[in-house]
Amino acid sequence: MSADSEQRTIRCLIAKVGLDGHDRGAHVISRAFRDAGFEVIYSGLHRAPDEIIQATVQEDVNVLGISILSGAHNTLVPKVMAGLEEYGALDDTLVIVGGIIPEEDRPGLLEEGVDAIFGPGTPMQETIDFVKENAPERT
Amino acid sequence: MNRAVESDLVERLLDGEHRALARVITKIESQTPGYRDLVSEIHAHTGNASVVGITGSPGAGKSTLVDKLAKHYRDQGETVGIIGVDPSSPYTGGAVLGDRIRMASNVGDMDVFFRSMSARGQLGGLSTATADAVKALDAFGKDRIIIETVGAGQNEVDVVKTADTVVVLVQPGSGDDVQMLKAGILEIGDVFVVNKADMEGASRTVSELQEMIHLRDDPRANLDTGHHGAGAFGGSGGHGSGGNGHGHHDGGHESGDAGHGHHDGDTDGEAGEDGKDDTPAVWTPEVIQTVATTGEGIDTLVEALDEHYAYLAESGKLTVKARQRASEEIRQLLRSDVNQLLEAELERRGGIEAFVDAVVEKQTDPYAVAEDVLEPIRECFED
Repeated sequence: MSADSEQRTIRCLIAKVGLDGHDRGAHVISRAFRDAGFEVIYSGLHRAPDEIIQATVQEDVNVLGISILSGAHNTLVPKVMAGLEEYGALDDTLVIVGGIIPEEDRPGLLEEGVDAIFGPGTPMQETIDFVKENAPERT
Repeated sequence: MNRAVESDLVERLLDGEHRALARVITKIESQTPGYRDLVSEIHAHTGNASVVGITGSPGAGKSTLVDKLAKHYRDQGETVGIIGVDPSSPYTGGAVLGDRIRMASNVGDMDVFFRSMSARGQLGGLSTATADAVKALDAFGKDRIIIETVGAGQNEVDVVKTADTVVVLVQPGSGDDVQMLKAGILEIGDVFVVNKADMEGASRTVSELQEMIHLRDDPRANLDTGHHGAGAFGGSGGHGSGGNGHGHHDGGHESGDAGHGHHDGDTDGEAGEDGKDDTPAVWTPEVIQTVATTGEGIDTLVEALDEHYAYLAESGKLTVKARQRASEEIRQLLRSDVNQLLEAELERRGGIEAFVDAVVEKQTDPYAVAEDVLEPIRECFED
């Protein structure tokens, strides 16, 4: 297969889920990811878990970043995770959550299969490096 | 690399597993080793979907229209695959693929498979990747496939040309007409849509478009009808399009290598059987008005698309187009493969820099270098 020239591009879905009208953070991270050379798909506001699942499965993203500021993470995130599992997308998608996630809720989300949680004030480079190091390969 | 894994993936795709389809497209897009075997295996299962390409300037309402179209097809019980192509940054390779946002009517409906792709800066590679992704959707069993792209340049034009029917979307307002002519997009449209038809100036844009379509004098007559079937059909149609019919005959030899020989027979047969008078031999693009946000005009658009597809089928152009696509695909693959061989040859000879030094110092010239590098290859082919 010497004629195939492979190029690794990291694809990310940045998702706003549920009734949460604030997407400045999602915009900022979308842009930073793009500038880091990633392909970013932004979901837009007010997405249902089903939509996030559909997009993650179909777009075959390496990374799903869920941004939640509304406090509904304990309800919404497990739904998304279950859907990913149903379509066989859980194992090879890096799931990161950003936003306002209280300390006591974190272990629960990590147990659901979330790979990392980035709270407010996390340096952008830290998130980018984490993605670069941990995004699953697509081979 | 592993042939067994690839076969398994194809099998799962043919079984209708969404994740397998998604992964196949990923491999196609990133040209993962082994993707060629995948496409080879898929190829035999294609040819059942109708493919529509939609292009237009940013903000014209493509995504919204595509969403409504998909909804319409879903209501008819058909499955839909969509490929949204967005430009990527030439500096970082990064991209924000935004078309998905507008797919509001098909929320959570897995039978609408939407996939975003970006140009990834490969010369000519985008149209190959898109065509291969279309094959994957086709093999998966999608009835309708829609390719959506920003009509910005040659790359995008090449992309929509892989479709059976090309829709060009225009929004009302000044300057569009000139822009369209500049981009050469007028020639590729089979159906024109003036979206946002509730805006001021819509009817003016419609009439401007109509005027330009009549002026365009079918520049493709010599390009895509390199067979006598259409000409013969035109004769039997007798629709006052004699001038154009003539053009077909004259142009008969132009693209001979793409479509000679065996469908002459096909098409003549078809024309003889139907002998319908109401099918024009030459397609004159329609101009349709829509308001994508409310869904107004979508029915008319769907009708026009079906009409065009029927026209392609009846006139035999569907086969001609398929043959053209195949020849273009072969050529494109050969070009990129030969390119890679040459790159490897350059490397083998110590890289291009040494040649550059020699050229800059006037010890030799670019032509001589090219000749020198090509020599062994040329010898191979001459044997």
